[in-house]
Amino acid sequence: MSACTSRSEQALALRLVELTQAGLPLVDDPWVWLAEQLQLSVEATLALLKRLQADGAIRRIAAVPNHYRLGYCCNGMTVWDVDDSQMPRLGRLIGAQPFVSHCYRRPRSGDWRYNLFAMVHGRSSAEINSYREHLRYLLGDACRADDMLVSSRILKKTGLRLPTGP
Amino acid sequence: MPLLALEQRLIERFQHGMPICAEPYLEMAQVLDCSEAQVIACLQQMAERGSLSRIGPVFDHHRAGASTLAALAVPAERLQQVAERVSQYPEVNHNYAREHHYNLWFVLTGPDRPHLQRVLDELEADTGLTPLDLPMLTAYRIDLGFALGDAP
Repeated sequence: MSACTSRSEQALALRLVELTQAGLPLVDDPWVWLAEQLQLSVEATLALLKRLQADGAIRRIAAVPNHYRLGYCCNGMTVWDVDDSQMPRLGRLIGAQPFVSHCYRRPRSGDWRYNLFAMVHGRSSAEINSYREHLRYLLGDACRADDMLVSSRILKKTGLRLPTGP
Repeated sequence: MPLLALEQRLIERFQHGMPICAEPYLEMAQVLDCSEAQVIACLQQMAERGSLSRIGPVFDHHRAGASTLAALAVPAERLQQVAERVSQYPEVNHNYAREHHYNLWFVLTGPDRPHLQRVLDELEADTGLTPLDLPMLTAYRIDLGFALGDAP
């Protein structure tokens, strides 16, 4: 994953990805199961997980809920045309809001004027509209225009799969 | 589908991170003030009901290569056909119809930027539509879950 890791570490990391990217089996001790699969000690497996997380290859190790099934049926991709000079401060501010799951700066392009994207989630369209209003208030005069793109249909959504072949 | 009390507490407490130690469910049980067996049963019930997507590592796919957010402005009568064409690519892991002039939004992930460019060029040649190509420049928040708030 990073340049400083050895070839064997990379091979182990790749195997770990293959074993866990669809989720751990619900066994009594998932790390013991993983250690057996990797043919490592539990200590070495835990150390590998911690290294990959410190390195940034693993974002988090967690219980990931299915938000749609929990009633969070509405998502809105809010997009904002934000003054470039204020983006570092405002990007962090918007990304820190508890109802935002993703917040990215992206380039403007042709007739696409928006440079800040924040995904908001809620249980109704009224709820996500109120979140959009709150973001608009936080951005204030630094925002020249905004929009919210509501998903009408999910056409494809698969868990992320790393390419495992050459 | 409302969560039971233990499920809600488990998700709120551990959607951002779970213990990386031997017997992680025992440590979670101590935090949640229940038994290890109850934690495992709770995870199994949530998995069966579909409210748990999975438990384990979430990988940063940006690090595995290149990715971009792309969009097409598709005439309504062609949306279904173009969407199916886009979804056929293994490089596409998310594809959403959205209510906007740009009405088809998808994430492309591949080993490197030239690979993505070939997919974008191929799509443009096939559909006659020019994709927006909006790679991430800075991440201010990346999918760390969000507050569940009060149950409805």
